[in-house]
Amino acid sequence: MTPLYSLDSTGFSYGSSRVLSSVSLEMSLGSLVALTGPNGAGKSTLLGIMAGLRQPYEGSCMFGGKEVSAWKRAAFARSVSFVPQSLRLEFPFTAEQVVFMGRTPYAGGLFESPDDIAAARRAMELTDVAAFTHRDFRSLSGGERQRVVLASALAQQPEVLLLDEPTTFLDLEHQLSIYKLLRRLADEGLLVVSVTHDLNLAASFSDRVIALKAGRVEADAPPCDALSPESIRRIFAVDAEWLSRSTGKGWIAYGE
Amino acid sequence: MASDPSPTGANPAGLARRLALTLIVSGALLAAVLVVAPLVGSTRISLPAALAGQWPDAQVFFGVRWPRTILAALAGGALAISGALFQALLRDALATPYTLGVSSGASLGAVLAISFRWGSVAGIPAVWICALIGAMLTLALVAGVAAEGRRMSSFTLLLAGVTINSIVMSIIMVLHNLASVGQSFAIVHWLMGGIEPLPAPVLAMVAAVVLPVSAVLCWKAREWNLMAVGEEWASARGASPRRLMLLGYVAGSVLTATVTSITGPIGFVGLIVPHALRLKTGADHRLLMPASFLAGAAFLVLCDTAARTLMSVEIPVSVVTALVGGPFFIALLRSRRKSLWL
Repeated sequence: MTPLYSLDSTGFSYGSSRVLSSVSLEMSLGSLVALTGPNGAGKSTLLGIMAGLRQPYEGSCMFGGKEVSAWKRAAFARSVSFVPQSLRLEFPFTAEQVVFMGRTPYAGGLFESPDDIAAARRAMELTDVAAFTHRDFRSLSGGERQRVVLASALAQQPEVLLLDEPTTFLDLEHQLSIYKLLRRLADEGLLVVSVTHDLNLAASFSDRVIALKAGRVEADAPPCDALSPESIRRIFAVDAEWLSRSTGKGWIAYGE
Repeated sequence: MASDPSPTGANPAGLARRLALTLIVSGALLAAVLVVAPLVGSTRISLPAALAGQWPDAQVFFGVRWPRTILAALAGGALAISGALFQALLRDALATPYTLGVSSGASLGAVLAISFRWGSVAGIPAVWICALIGAMLTLALVAGVAAEGRRMSSFTLLLAGVTINSIVMSIIMVLHNLASVGQSFAIVHWLMGGIEPLPAPVLAMVAAVVLPVSAVLCWKAREWNLMAVGEEWASARGASPRRLMLLGYVAGSVLTATVTSITGPIGFVGLIVPHALRLKTGADHRLLMPASFLAGAAFLVLCDTAARTLMSVEIPVSVVTALVGGPFFIALLRSRRKSLWL
């Protein structure tokens, strides 16, 4: 199976400051990849390059056999969707209108088609936001907003879902429900890449953890290896250990 | 404008129906205003007499007041739709068509023409021509500065626009300072803005710019929705924010420049009309853009009618837009205090 994403010596600089250097890796459909690392490690930049939002990048970032920068935007947006860390709105768009915006890459005119309506409805059911359909997006709580934004990304009916710290502002219940949904989407065949600082979420839900440090890939392996105590110490400079539960699953404890 | 109980387009038929209702309600309002406004004034005239071609009713109606009314409608529509557009592009609810310097550019052109006593070119007043050139040069200058380094974002646009706006305003003040008393009066008069009857060919030229450009802006409404959320948001949904920013900025500026070079700056229309309408239509630009045009047109016609009839001397129309529009807007705000729209 050919990989969906194939990065070769991918790098990025903001002006003279180099935030990502020679990242080479591949990603395929049907997996949930957690992207982690200390602040400023280049996680969001890497995600941005994969989302087609950071250009020009150095090296090569192929998606579906074609350089990301060479894709037509609308066609790319039908395959790849992006969920920002948070969304602030200046104007009174309703939750439903925000979700419908995910259908713009399919737009054939001024109005949504029946397909658009169906896709938006399904996305809103998946993320459980149908209850706020007509609410002003700005009146929703952080968790509700994030689920609406996720619904908008799913309405794009993508093969790839890229998320930049999607659960930062969410309570525990919603963190778990978002990751359960991401897991389910990956099991259904999507490639889901999520930037996270929560190593336990990464450990429990992802198939693969990619840890960046100072713009380079420091670990790229299944969670138990990538997040081993030695690896965590090397990457995050904190002591950590795995504790095991009676169910056999483990979790990571940090600190002294 | 539509008084639809369900607040969003829940399905395509729903949105299409709401758009139709919006167009019918605001269109009917505008049509009524266009017919009634020319009947009001110091010379009493009647519509049947005007339609029958009787003197003086027909001359006053079609020769004087109707052209003035049409200009007010075109100017009001253009300013309101550009206001809605600039608010979306800059993601700033307080943006107006003048935020990025087009009106100060037009003013500088007009003030130069007044200061140097340029009369007219081919029968067209030099003030109009210079104002248009001034506005277009400012537009190009702001776009050039904002697009420096191939990056054009709402931030660079705002920064470039506001800076160039202040520079141009200072030059106007210098020219005003140097002007004679008579010129000074003319300058202040121009800067206050006003609607005057135009010869039919000029009016037709204004319409030939304003109507198609506004139609394009309405057609691109789904893209303005994306831009109103954010540039990255638009980009991740297949749009090209830089191209949209440039298109929107140029189209909005062309609209503003065209009417401002003839009427002078008329404040407030571009700010309050889109705001008031958002309460009814919501933020979806598919409803907001056409509604802004039609309601903005009706609003400025009403204000201009008040400006020429309320007192024995004519009041500058921008004074009326602020005096009538301001309190109305505050009342609207108070009635909606609970909602989060501002």
